[in-house]
Amino acid sequence: MDEIDRAIINALQGGFPLSPTPFADAAAPLGLTEAELIDRIAALRRSGVLSRFGPLYNADRFGGHNTLVAMAVPSDRFDAVTEIVNSFAEVAHNYQRDHHFNMWFVIAADSREKVAAVLTEVEAGTGLPAHDMPKLTEFHIGLKFEA
Amino acid sequence: MTQLDSIDRAIIVATQDGLPLVPRPYDAVAEQVGIAAAEVTARMVAMIEAGVIRRIGAVPNHYALGYRWNGMSVWDVADGDVAAAGAAMTALGFVSHCYQRPRLLPHWPYSLFAMVHARNQDDAELLVRRIAQALGPMNRGHRVLYSTRILKKTGLRLTT
Repeated sequence: MDEIDRAIINALQGGFPLSPTPFADAAAPLGLTEAELIDRIAALRRSGVLSRFGPLYNADRFGGHNTLVAMAVPSDRFDAVTEIVNSFAEVAHNYQRDHHFNMWFVIAADSREKVAAVLTEVEAGTGLPAHDMPKLTEFHIGLKFEA
Repeated sequence: MTQLDSIDRAIIVATQDGLPLVPRPYDAVAEQVGIAAAEVTARMVAMIEAGVIRRIGAVPNHYALGYRWNGMSVWDVADGDVAAAGAAMTALGFVSHCYQRPRLLPHWPYSLFAMVHARNQDDAELLVRRIAQALGPMNRGHRVLYSTRILKKTGLRLTT
């Protein structure tokens, strides 16, 4: 990644034009040609620096429901419980964290009933309480990462 | 809840992995969805206004940029202070997500969750101290839970 790549990442984490030729329009202020910008973005995608380039959707607004779940998993059962939890397609993210509640995952489905059913199945399959922590309020942010 | 029709959903499915990296990307999306390019962009403008699209552009992998310290900071704030505390957190400019969630008393008094990302633990802790300063006496106690392993990460996706 060179200075031009950094400039692209820092300048284009939002506000990409909805014009007929958005790459040309975004390239000009960066001193690049349309083809140079497209090639740079494609290379950043291939190397994994960008996870994607395009609209960042707020899945909460797709309809349906999601929740954050906390579990306290005994260390000797951690891998087995991970396998059970991750086996549900509705489990989108799952992180191990350094706390008594050491497993935190998101369940997303097209209805509250389906989310509740997955929670019940996780508890039945693991024999552990799954603490439901749905969001009550979202405070809005537009974070950009400095490259 | 925003009402998305089948054309909106087709646009989402066509673009949730990214825009085509071609000179006229909205033309390519329009062709795939079977509508005019002007309708694609008009609907995307409406989705931005409705909050369905947060923004359009580069979505960095923050791990690849070196932001490996992913901390979930959690804060015990009185219910009456939550709105002011949430506003104070978002005003700092470095919190990526901020949510109010239910407490799990007696073991979990925390009701405000704020994600911070940093290149090392010292920087992460500095960010948490800055949040604590911004909250002042509204903060009745806090913790930071660092992620030690990503067990699964597929993202929330719309399917056809």
